Amino acid sequence: MLTIKNLHAEVDGKQILKGINLEIKKGEMHAIMGPNGSGKSSLSSVLAGRENYTVTQGEVIFEGKNLLDMSPEDRAREGLFMAFQYPVEIPGVSNLHFLKTALNEIRAYHSLPAMESKEFLKLTKEKQQLVDFNANLMNRSLNEGFSGGEKKRNEVFQLAMLDPKLAILDETDSGLDIDALRIVAAGVNKLRSADKAFMVITHYQRLLEYIVPDFVHVLYNGQIVKTGTKELALELEEKGYDWLKEEVHQKESV
Amino acid sequence: MTSDKSFYEFISNGVPGPEQKVDADNAILPARKLAFGRFKELGLPTVKTEEWRYTNIQRYLKDAFTLAQEEQGTVTAEQLKSAGIPQLDSYRAVLVNGRLQADISTLPTGGKITVSKVSDAAGNPQLQAWFDKHPHLQSQPFAALNAALFADGLFIEAGVNASLDKPLHIIHVYTASANAFIQPRHLIVLHKSATLEVIESAVGINDNAIAFVNGVTEVVLEENAELWHYNIQSTVKNSRHIYHTSTTQKADSRYHHFNFTLPSAELTRNNLSVALTGSNTETNLHGLYLATGTQHVDNHTFVDHLVPNCNSNELYKGVLLDDANGVFTGKIHVHQDAQKTNAFQQNNNLLMSEKANINSQPQLEIYADDVKCSHGFTVGRFSEESLFYLRSRGIGEEAAKSLLVNAFAFDITDQVHIPALQDFLAEKIRQYVAGAINN
Ligand SMILES: Nc1ncnc2c1ncn2[C@@H]1O[C@H](COP(=O)(O)OP(=O)(O)O)[C@@H](O)[C@H]1O
Ligand SMILES: [Mg+2]
Repeated sequence: MLTIKNLHAEVDGKQILKGINLEIKKGEMHAIMGPNGSGKSSLSSVLAGRENYTVTQGEVIFEGKNLLDMSPEDRAREGLFMAFQYPVEIPGVSNLHFLKTALNEIRAYHSLPAMESKEFLKLTKEKQQLVDFNANLMNRSLNEGFSGGEKKRNEVFQLAMLDPKLAILDETDSGLDIDALRIVAAGVNKLRSADKAFMVITHYQRLLEYIVPDFVHVLYNGQIVKTGTKELALELEEKGYDWLKEEVHQKESV
Repeated sequence: MTSDKSFYEFISNGVPGPEQKVDADNAILPARKLAFGRFKELGLPTVKTEEWRYTNIQRYLKDAFTLAQEEQGTVTAEQLKSAGIPQLDSYRAVLVNGRLQADISTLPTGGKITVSKVSDAAGNPQLQAWFDKHPHLQSQPFAALNAALFADGLFIEAGVNASLDKPLHIIHVYTASANAFIQPRHLIVLHKSATLEVIESAVGINDNAIAFVNGVTEVVLEENAELWHYNIQSTVKNSRHIYHTSTTQKADSRYHHFNFTLPSAELTRNNLSVALTGSNTETNLHGLYLATGTQHVDNHTFVDHLVPNCNSNELYKGVLLDDANGVFTGKIHVHQDAQKTNAFQQNNNLLMSEKANINSQPQLEIYADDVKCSHGFTVGRFSEESLFYLRSRGIGEEAAKSLLVNAFAFDITDQVHIPALQDFLAEKIRQYVAGAINN
């Protein structure tokens, strides 16, 4: 589904991603871990098309198409979704109106007619229950005055509504208490299917107790320095990242 | 008409004076003559005139004009449609260059609310009492020029307790075969406890010649009267507008004024002023300006708190693109006697290009001590992060910008209580943003 080859990217003239290679297949759940500042959010930003990043080398193929050539909206329309680490507050744009606009723009891209209001409301209700998103928040301005947890849940609610092929969750678990975490994880698990894939960025192993990954990658200093299975996450939880950092530096100095 | 004379010379000596204007029984002639004298004395403002510092009006008066109000323009159904507001259910007064066209208008009947030509109503005691009497107009040269030589306009009078089942829509059509200086003039009087909704909109139908519109509307609200007053300015590029709206509010009256300046007249200067002469009044002034290209939009507002216990609330918002230039000056004068005044003012701007510019200044003169007054001014750029958030959900750039501009304008458009007008404005915002992206 997604193939990342030797991806290099910089922001403000500073090299952040230094040769990422990653292959994500349908049905898979990939976890990306790594210390603060290692480039996890940068990777998701580059994939989603944030404009202040410049790709200097490498390529990304998504469902057979060159992802890096597409505008952010076309990436979304092709089935890519990124849940933001820091969702934006947009006063004056209602949550529901925003979602309806998004859904219908994606449908129009696939030559589908706009969704009828009745159908839209039905879908809204269904997904809102799936991720236990407070119905009162739906008519409010987008994320305005939402608590940290409500914002994160809204990201997952949008994910459920837009039904992408590949979802990237950037630290959706941080800022959630354990109950909220369980609900969000349960929601994500319900959305898993054989033709969808997930890339879950997290700091903590605890999320991976609920969302069991097929692969765990460690991102450090702009590169994936280790790949393993869910046991790697446990090991990281226990030992921290320092041993990995040392390994990397040893390799570099050889 | 010659272009080598200054505009002032042209008006003072080059056109037929007030004596040539024929109203019913010549009843307005004395007022016209007085105003003409005032105009000559005041002269035209320059950039050294404090109130015109940011608007170099001389620049817009250089062209040669005729006083085209003498032209009897005509208008087709198609042209009229373009001036309309889709789905709006209203009474309709169509004016061509300031003159009411009864045959294509639908005026209220039944007598409690009358809509007539100023020229026909010239002898009416209300008109005699109020015409050109607003204190804030006395120092305004363009208002004086209008009073002296205006073509015609509407006199709207609502009797005690009168109201209408739907809004009255005044459609101005400006048409000129050559550069024209057009001067419409209205007076709206609402007697005790009357209520009315008035929408003014304008359309220019000749792109080849410049239409310079110098309009004045005076409003009088007697005790407990309420007026919803919408002014929609969306005409052709080749037009220039100076507009004075001057309102007098008596006790317990409520005035809700909305000013929407949309593309693409090259000059818009609005002087909106309200004199509060009775207590317990409510004044809401809402403004939204969307400017592109080299448009220059200047809003001067003035709320004059003369007596105690009045509330005024003002919110003006602007979105500026390209090389557009905005000016906002909000004056609030709280006189010594005007205790317990609440006066709020806010001006927010969104600049969507590097070259767009806004000059905003509050002018608070407060001489009473027991008052609540505040003012604020912000200027912001488009939030790239918000835009990216929307686009990352599949919303195209144009739709995303349109959502954001709509969101910015929301506190204004949300106050509009006529759904068809809300829809119309949303569509105008969409077109504005689309135009911005496609050029
Ligand atoms: N706009 C920016 N300008 C300069 N440096 C940036 C910018 N955005 C991120 N960075 C830097 O890129 C590195 C990676 O950041 P980020 O991708 O947010 O890491 P993570 O999500 O793994 O914590 C950090 O060193 C951060 O300071
Ligand atoms: Mg991050």
